[in-house]
Amino acid sequence: MYNPFSLEGKKVLVTGASSGIGKSIAIECSKLGAHLTIVGRNQERLNETFISLDGDKNNHNQLLLELTDYERLEFSIKELPVFDGVVNCAGIGTTNLFQFLTREKMQHVFDVNFFSPVELTRLLIKKKKIAKNGSVVFLSSIDGPINSHIGNSSYSATKAALAAMAKGMAVELAPKNIRVNYLMPGQTETPLIHNEFITEDQLALDMEKYPMKRYGRPEEIAYAAIYFLSDVSTFTTGAGLVIDGGFTLI
Amino acid sequence: MKTLNEFIELFAEQFDETDASEITPNTVFHDLDEYSSLIALSIIAMVDEEFDVTLKGDDMRSAVTVEDLYNIVINKA
Repeated sequence: MYNPFSLEGKKVLVTGASSGIGKSIAIECSKLGAHLTIVGRNQERLNETFISLDGDKNNHNQLLLELTDYERLEFSIKELPVFDGVVNCAGIGTTNLFQFLTREKMQHVFDVNFFSPVELTRLLIKKKKIAKNGSVVFLSSIDGPINSHIGNSSYSATKAALAAMAKGMAVELAPKNIRVNYLMPGQTETPLIHNEFITEDQLALDMEKYPMKRYGRPEEIAYAAIYFLSDVSTFTTGAGLVIDGGFTLI
Repeated sequence: MKTLNEFIELFAEQFDETDASEITPNTVFHDLDEYSSLIALSIIAMVDEEFDVTLKGDDMRSAVTVEDLYNIVINKA
């Protein structure tokens, strides 16, 4: 069957694969024939994703790794195969009002959301672990590149930094035919948005601000990642795609 | 552990328009004109910084007076 979005036989690395958008991306990629290497911090939850992967389990790997541990990261990368696609999903949400945003809090969110995915990708490129014609995808957000919210300045800053980094990388890696793109989801139904600072009532109220009156589903973000990973987007690099049900339009 | 009076002082600091004298143990803080979700976030952040206690949105809702909130903080500390 004709399917230009096929990922048949492509080796794809997904970080943050234990839950949320990362988990959905890993599962959807496997359904399109990709061979996954999934990375996460929690063995139990990572294994749940692994069990959910489609296709022959011998084609998939899971790697328990704290991405902010750069020494182990560098060591682990040597053991990895050459990838056709890398999707950097690992990230945290934070709520810090600016006047309480200490250097330590800022450093932590930047370590997880910005420095780790950038360092992972840098090492993969340096060790020639990304194939020619490969595709790198970063999970940015509408918060940062486009808008922001109360308590979200540090999170937004990391996501805007990721978008800017992706553009610079896209320019430098174009001669290798490696593409670098980023996704800008709006609020998506994942564990990240259900935190102790926000009540369910507040979330329901927030959904009303979306023209489609709901948040995104993880697979709706995953399909966009598949666009960037597959051969349909071979002339697309340095691009960001907004997936927010029209939120940033109004 | 900080006293109720010290808590009230820190609580009052999160407001700009409301005079500190308006904040007492019995103040029903949800009724203050200036109280908003942003002030609530400021109070949560202040409690995190000063008491090393993580208040939840539901804690802010269930407390009626300033003293109620202090007691929630003390019980979590």
